Amino acid sequence: VRICVVGCGAVGSLFAANLAQLEDVEVWAYDLAREHVDAINANGLRLSGAGEVVGTVRATSDAQELPACEFGIVATKAMHTSAAVAATAHAFADGAVASVQNGIGNEEAIAEHVERVIRGTTFPAGKLLEPGHVQWDVKGDTTLGPFEPKPAQRAEIERLADACTRAGMPTQAVADARGPQWRKLIFNAATNPLGALTGLTHGRVCERPDLRALVTGLVDEGKAVAAAQRIELDADPEELIDHAARKEVAYDHKASMLQDVEARRRTEVDFLNGGIVRFGGEHGVPTPLNQAIWALVKGVEASWTR
Amino acid sequence: MIERVCVVGAGVIGSLFAAHLGRVAAVSVLCRRDEHARELNAHGLRVSGKHDFVASVSAAVTPDELAVPDLVIVATKGAGLDGAASVLAGHWPEATVMTVQNGLGAEEVVRRYGDWPMLSGVTFMSGTKHSDTHVEYILDTETWIGPYKDNSFEAAQEVGELVVRSGLKAEVLADLRPAQWSKLIFNATVNGVAALTGLRHDFHFAAEDEQADLGHVVHALVDEGKAVARAAAIELHDDPWEMNVLATRRGHAHLPSMLEDVQAHRPTEVELINGALVRKAREHGVEAPLQEAVYALVRGKEASYA
Repeated sequence: VRICVVGCGAVGSLFAANLAQLEDVEVWAYDLAREHVDAINANGLRLSGAGEVVGTVRATSDAQELPACEFGIVATKAMHTSAAVAATAHAFADGAVASVQNGIGNEEAIAEHVERVIRGTTFPAGKLLEPGHVQWDVKGDTTLGPFEPKPAQRAEIERLADACTRAGMPTQAVADARGPQWRKLIFNAATNPLGALTGLTHGRVCERPDLRALVTGLVDEGKAVAAAQRIELDADPEELIDHAARKEVAYDHKASMLQDVEARRRTEVDFLNGGIVRFGGEHGVPTPLNQAIWALVKGVEASWTR
Repeated sequence: MIERVCVVGAGVIGSLFAAHLGRVAAVSVLCRRDEHARELNAHGLRVSGKHDFVASVSAAVTPDELAVPDLVIVATKGAGLDGAASVLAGHWPEATVMTVQNGLGAEEVVRRYGDWPMLSGVTFMSGTKHSDTHVEYILDTETWIGPYKDNSFEAAQEVGELVVRSGLKAEVLADLRPAQWSKLIFNATVNGVAALTGLRHDFHFAAEDEQADLGHVVHALVDEGKAVARAAAIELHDDPWEMNVLATRRGHAHLPSMLEDVQAHRPTEVELINGALVRKAREHGVEAPLQEAVYALVRGKEASYA
């Protein structure tokens, strides 16, 4: 099986390096960061932390070098999905492409360029330490299912899930993958931007009653939009939010959006709160709080370009 | 006849009042810092920008060292109000005291420390302090003055005339609450959004073309504020949305004080402004979820650097 990871940042690297451990899998990586690509080709792709792994991965910044692949795993930041998949689509002319990205709307962007699409949600996380070397922070499950308008076949989704699981990335193939995706979306949309706007860690947001009430207001809007689409969440985001706020879990965690804001990088808010607003609009569900939070974070981004 | 004026607090607004009034009355300045008082006594107070002159003032850090004034203008920031008012307790019972703080409730804070006849002020002028003895007069907009509680309209008129003779703009109103509320809603919205996004008060605040444009949120926040005013039986002096649109078209993107405060990691005026509006909403049973959100977020931002 030939698999290409599109966007080989932290999460992409977790998939690429682990999958490269399998005898029956050949892993390619497409990424625009030249130094990272060169380091991977020279020394392999190394993970440390939750697992110590070095994988042999063929990396390139030139999409034309990619051979035909049976699977793509897209792991770019959400705003780069369209460009990355447009550039690499020729490699997946006869393949299926999965998104393991944050937010909502990535599968739609992939489906503009690819015939068979897999809806995915993944929880493992890490960060890039240096070119070719990724810190694996937390292990976690991945869920894959068909993207309904342009679905991959059930058998191929199971094949990819099996490969990931054998590689040490526990992955489940399901008939409806929207539940875990919306659970993660609602969690992120209700918490990440509040960290980004205030500068507070996850735990400190949650211990302030007024901000915690705002989190619930955002969660409730997200749940209403999910319910209008008949999506059954696989867990209650409220419980996960409280769990994560515990000292021993993620009290001190700075949301990725806060890290983006501190580094003045464009955030994924269009695909989090913006996604909830868009789907709410399509299903007649009002989302005034998500709308406000979306615009405020866009305002933060606009303040950098003044 | 108002012959002696004491200005309490020599920030931007206090300095602009003290210097201008120094041209038509004997002006003293009650400062918080010794060094500030010494500098003012030695060098006077320089105004640049819209006007250009130097006024001589006498300054001290306790009322005992200052001549008894006919008029006291309390011009501290909201955060310094209680401390400044407590210093006045027991002094100058014959003097008229005027507050010019943003938001609502400054008069009540001062009232706790003495039975002076009082005036309410709302000021729209702005500037920049370049040093303890130099203030730049940037926006030569009006100060609105009205009697507080059972004080007379004539007392407000006398102060209004004095302010106009000094070269500043003033309008005297029989009931200041409509003006105070217009500015309250304007400040809660514009200052809050500026503090959270980092944007100066520029065109973004009036933009309503795209779905994620900030103008939608600003408009919705203003509408919530107007609903609170209606419930409190206040007929607004100006429409805060129109004030917002007008201000963004002036060509000078104002740096709202709340943004200045969060950038300098200082406590903001969020309690007198957003807190006051949200408490009025609760008092009158009006739902204001977006104003509640902005209030919680700005308080969270303060907590992040406290």
